[in-house]
Amino acid sequence: MAINNIAHSVSAQKRISTVVYHVLMVLASFAMLYPVLWLIASSFKPNGDIFSTATSLIPQNFTLEHYLTGWKGFGGYSFGNFFTNSLFVAILSSVGMVFSSAVVAFGLARVKFKGRNFWFVLMIITMMLPGQVMMIPRFVLYNAMGWVGTYAPMIVPNFFASGFNIFLIMQFIRGIPRDMDEAAKIDGCSWYGVFARIILPMIVPSLVTVGVLTFMASWEDFMGALLYLNKPAMYTVAYALKMFNDSSMSDYGATFAMSALSLVPIMIIFFFFQKNLVEGISIQGLKG
Amino acid sequence: MKKNAAAPRKLSTLLDRDNVAGYVFILPFIIGVIAFTAIPFFTSLYLAFTEYNVLSDPKWVGLANFKEMFFEDDLFWTSFWVTFKFAFIQVPIKLTVALLVAMVLAKATKATSFYRAAFYIPSLMGGSVAIALLWKQLFSPRGVVNQVLGFLGLPDDTAWLGNPKTALGTLIALGVWQFGSSMLIFLAAIKNIPQSYHEAAIVDGAGPVKRFFSITLPMLTPIIFFNLINQVIGAFQAFNSSYLITQGKPLNTTLYYGVHLYNKAFDQFKMGYGCAMAWFMLLVIAFFTALIFRSSSAWVYYESEGK
Repeated sequence: MAINNIAHSVSAQKRISTVVYHVLMVLASFAMLYPVLWLIASSFKPNGDIFSTATSLIPQNFTLEHYLTGWKGFGGYSFGNFFTNSLFVAILSSVGMVFSSAVVAFGLARVKFKGRNFWFVLMIITMMLPGQVMMIPRFVLYNAMGWVGTYAPMIVPNFFASGFNIFLIMQFIRGIPRDMDEAAKIDGCSWYGVFARIILPMIVPSLVTVGVLTFMASWEDFMGALLYLNKPAMYTVAYALKMFNDSSMSDYGATFAMSALSLVPIMIIFFFFQKNLVEGISIQGLKG
Repeated sequence: MKKNAAAPRKLSTLLDRDNVAGYVFILPFIIGVIAFTAIPFFTSLYLAFTEYNVLSDPKWVGLANFKEMFFEDDLFWTSFWVTFKFAFIQVPIKLTVALLVAMVLAKATKATSFYRAAFYIPSLMGGSVAIALLWKQLFSPRGVVNQVLGFLGLPDDTAWLGNPKTALGTLIALGVWQFGSSMLIFLAAIKNIPQSYHEAAIVDGAGPVKRFFSITLPMLTPIIFFNLINQVIGAFQAFNSSYLITQGKPLNTTLYYGVHLYNKAFDQFKMGYGCAMAWFMLLVIAFFTALIFRSSSAWVYYESEGK
C-alpha cells in the first residue's frame, strides 16, 4: 500500500514536470517565432492598424491591399521582376556550386595524386579566411573585366567550388566503402567512370544539401547586390526590398508584405529540406 | 589506321593516371582559388600601401594609410571598439543560450522536432534584409517591444535604436536570436556522447548537475572551441544589421568596422585605405584565433589524450 502510494506520487511528479517542460518549451518556441509571425500578421493589417494594434497577431480588418501595392514595386519594375532576377542568380549559383564542389570533392577524397595534401590544406585555409579582405580587390578585378553592373560577380565564382561545400561532400564520400571503386577500377572503369557511375548516384543527398545552402545564401545575399548591381531592372529581391523601403518609408504595410514574400522560398526550403539543412550544419561542426 | 586508334587510347590512359586525374578533378578549385582568392588576397596587400580610387592607377604611399588609420581617423578606432564590443558580448551570450537550449532539447520527446524547428528558423532568416527591416520596426519607439513592455507595466518610451546606450544592444539581440545553427551543432555533439559514460556516473551517484560539468561540458569543449572561432570570425565581419538598421547611428555607436570600411572604400573611393583596414582586421582576427587556439590546450578536452 505504502509502496504503491510512493510510486503513484513519483509518477504524478514526473507527469507535472513533463507538463511544465512542454508549457515552457511551447512558450519559448512562440517567443522565438514571434517576430516572424508579427511580420506576417502586420502585412495583412491596414497601415492605420499596424502600430495601434501591434500586440495582436490576428488582423481585425484583414486586407490584401499591401500585397497588391507592394507587388507593383518601384521605378516601373514589379516585384515579379525582382523575384525572377533572384531566382535566376540563385539557381545558376546553386547548379554551379553543386557540380564544381562534387567534382573537386571526389578528386580530393578518392584519387591519390601528388600534392593532394597541399590542396586539401589550402582548401581548409580558404574556409577560415575572412571574405572582407578580398572584397575590394575582387571589386577591382571584376571592374577591370567589365563585370560590374552584371550578375557575373554573384554567379561565376560559384562555378569554382568553395571550401566548405567541398568538405561537406568529402565527408559524405568518405562514408562510401572503397571496395566499390576498386572493383570498378579492376573491371576497367576509369576514374571518370567511377565518379559518374558509382560515386555520383550515391552522394545525391549531400549534393542536395550543398544546393539548398547555396540557394539560400544567394537568395539572402545583400552585399553582392549592393556592390555590383546598379540598374533597378536587375535588382534582386534582397536589394529591391531595401530600395523599396527607402522609397516608401511610410507605407509599412507594403514593405512588410514584400518582406514576408521574400521569406517564402526560405520557408519552402525549410519544410522540404529540413533534414539536409540540419545535416549540413552538423557537418560544419566536424570541421573543427 | 592502327596509329589513329592507339592515340586516343594513349590519351585516355594518360588522363586516367592518378596524378593526372586528380588534377583534372580539382581543376575548378585550383582556378577558383587562384583567381578569386590568391590574386585578390595579394592585390589587397599591395593596395594597402597605395592611394587608389579605381579611376586612376594606384599610387604607392608607403605606410600613409596605416598612419591615417591609427592617428588621424577617429572613426577607425570608434568602429574598431564597436565591433570589439559587439563580438565579445554577442558571441558568449549566443553560445551560452545555444548550449543551454541544446541541453534541454537533447531529452527527446515527440514534440522535440517542433521545438528544434522553432529555435532554428530564426537563424535561417536572421541575416536577410526582410528581418533587418522588421527589426527596425519592432524596436521603433511605438513598436511592439515597447508596447509589450508597457503592457507589463515597464517603461515603454525607450527609443531603442535612437539611444546610444541601447542601439548596439538591439543589434546584439538580433545576433543572439540567431543562435539556432550553433544549437544544432551542439545538439549533434551531445548525441555523440556515449550513453555509457552517463550510466557509469549514475552508478557512482552523480546527479544531473555534476554529470553536466564532469561529462557533457568537457566532452563538448572541442565543439565549443570550434563554434567560438567561427562566431568570432563572423562577428568581426558583421555588416548587414548595422548598414540596414542603424547606418551606424546614433553617434556612431553601432558603426561596425565592416561598415566603416565599406564607406571608406565605396563612398569615398579610398580603396587603398579600405584594403589597409581589411588587412588590419585580418591580423586582429588571426590574433584572436591564435589566442583561442593557444588557450585551447588548457580547456579543450580531446578524448584520445586520455587513452
